[in-house]
Amino acid sequence: MNNGTVVKLIDVHKTYLTGEVEVQAVRGVSLEIQRGEFVALMGASGSGKSTLMNLLGCLDRPTRGQYLLDNTDVSHLNRDQLADIRNGKLGFVFQSFNLLPRTSARENVELPLLYARHALSNHQLRERADRILASVGLQGREEHHPSQLSGGQQQRVAIARALINDPEVLLADEPTGNLDSRTSIEIMGIFQQLNERGITIVMVTHESDIAAYARRNVVLRDGLVLNDFAVAERRNAADELGRRSDGVMD
Amino acid sequence: MRVTSTINVAFRALRRNKLRSALTALGIIIGVGAVIAMVGIGSGAKAQVEAQIASLGQNVIVISSGSTTSSGIRTGWGGAGTLKIEDAEAIRREVPSVIGVSEEVPSTAQIAAGNQNWFTRVMGESPDYFDIRQWPLAEGAPFTAQDVRSANKVCVIGQTTATQVFGNDDPVGQTLRIKNVPFIVSGVLTPKGLSIQGTDQDDVVVMPYSSAMKRVAGGTTLRNINVQVANASDLEPAEQQITSLLRQRHNIRAGRDDDFTVRNQQEIAEAATATADVMAGLLGAIAGVSLVVGGIGIMNIMLVSVTERTREIGTRMAVGAHGRDILTQFLIEAVSLSSVGGLLGIILGIVASKILSAIKHWPSLISPGSIVLAFLFSAAVGIFFGFYPARKAAALDPIEALRYE
Repeated sequence: MNNGTVVKLIDVHKTYLTGEVEVQAVRGVSLEIQRGEFVALMGASGSGKSTLMNLLGCLDRPTRGQYLLDNTDVSHLNRDQLADIRNGKLGFVFQSFNLLPRTSARENVELPLLYARHALSNHQLRERADRILASVGLQGREEHHPSQLSGGQQQRVAIARALINDPEVLLADEPTGNLDSRTSIEIMGIFQQLNERGITIVMVTHESDIAAYARRNVVLRDGLVLNDFAVAERRNAADELGRRSDGVMD
Repeated sequence: MRVTSTINVAFRALRRNKLRSALTALGIIIGVGAVIAMVGIGSGAKAQVEAQIASLGQNVIVISSGSTTSSGIRTGWGGAGTLKIEDAEAIRREVPSVIGVSEEVPSTAQIAAGNQNWFTRVMGESPDYFDIRQWPLAEGAPFTAQDVRSANKVCVIGQTTATQVFGNDDPVGQTLRIKNVPFIVSGVLTPKGLSIQGTDQDDVVVMPYSSAMKRVAGGTTLRNINVQVANASDLEPAEQQITSLLRQRHNIRAGRDDDFTVRNQQEIAEAATATADVMAGLLGAIAGVSLVVGGIGIMNIMLVSVTERTREIGTRMAVGAHGRDILTQFLIEAVSLSSVGGLLGIILGIVASKILSAIKHWPSLISPGSIVLAFLFSAAVGIFFGFYPARKAAALDPIEALRYE
């Protein structure tokens, strides 16, 4: 499935000015991610993983260095150009879901398409949103508001929202941080399924057992890559869920 | 297409907060309603005053005798008795645009007929008076120039006087004792209603000025001379001609003040409508304040909304919204609130002014212009007070907005 580089960071730096003090959050990271990979970015808090995630997500620009996304240099784009890149090439999944309250699952999923360059008709929007919701197992919940859904279901709506624009990369920031362990495994199951279908996933997590669902782990410390390795004993969410329900059956 | 989907987004956001949206719009509803109702009542009052002014007659000039100083004591206007019958005749003769002149000798008197008596105003006038004031008779006939020459004891009475003294009887041809002098009532005037000052114009007896001088008021001078000219454009030149004519007749040397005053009806009208204008302006201003308060309400709610929805804004930006999209969304929300409020406010204002004029008998006049203006103004209020919060929302940093708790 390695048919090209989708993310390429070349000696990327990010320095923040907080008052008089310069904080070097990322200090020269070079990283390549191939299409179809499932990468977990790991590290303690303050390791620079969140900053790196913001850079990968085109929410921020590097102070120095180059970021090629899908062979396009996005290091020097302005606010609006970055917004268009996010809209067309990236999908976001957040720790706290970030769904619009009092808004149906369907309308939440439609959101990125409302800002797309090529607008779709209401009918097309609806059809596409419903199809994606069904693919994450939420058929029949299209009209539900976030408050009527469980945490796991809310995160599935968020995943559906991230997928609706067929992104090059799905970025997930602690996607299981607000979920219990069983629901976390379910979400990892969805991620693994999506990855099997060829979707590139980059996930930030500080839990090594969650990172074990990925194919590759990148460990950061003090703004530098400390370790970058393929996961040796990869966990399989589908198997674990099957075993768990077997256990319940016993 | 992006605009239509932004409108869609804004309406979805408003629908999510129905009660808040309704309460915010209420501020504008009340503001616009107040403006419509107050301006309506103000311009109704002004129209009423203008109608009263018009009832004074068209193209009228009033010359009043001046004040005088005797032993250091100054009399008020009209006290000097500087206007003579000959002055009026000179005006009639020498000012070409003049079409009517009425010598005026006002006084008050106790009048009686049968077993009824009444205290009223007695106006000595010439027969031109009824044309000048555009005041036709309801029945009977006016007195004539011959009556003036002979100082005949005839008079014309107003509706109020007729009812007070004669009750339901027909007054025409009956005898009316004025200061115990018997006069024949030759006619009854049509009702004219209240004057600008609020006096009952129908509570009056009108008689030849010669009779008034001889039998009622005494003296040989005129208080006022009412003059009517043919066209409004004649007013200014006629005033100047009258002034120089009277100065010459009164032997007033250059540099000395006139011993009379000349005012035209337009000036009187301006003085009277000035009050109505101030009233209308004041009412409008007070109502305008409530509209501005409504606008501040919108700004307040939009600011709260921006803060409360910071994460939502962050999410929208993360999935590709430009700052401009966010700005437009919040502006559309503000303008929708204010213009829907404006529409409902217009309805409220019309209903309120109808109710007020029905209960209080205040006339109200709502022009289509003021409705359009109120609507545009309410939309402008939305843009003005919505812009700051919208810009604040658009300028948010997506990373911080996403992390906002």
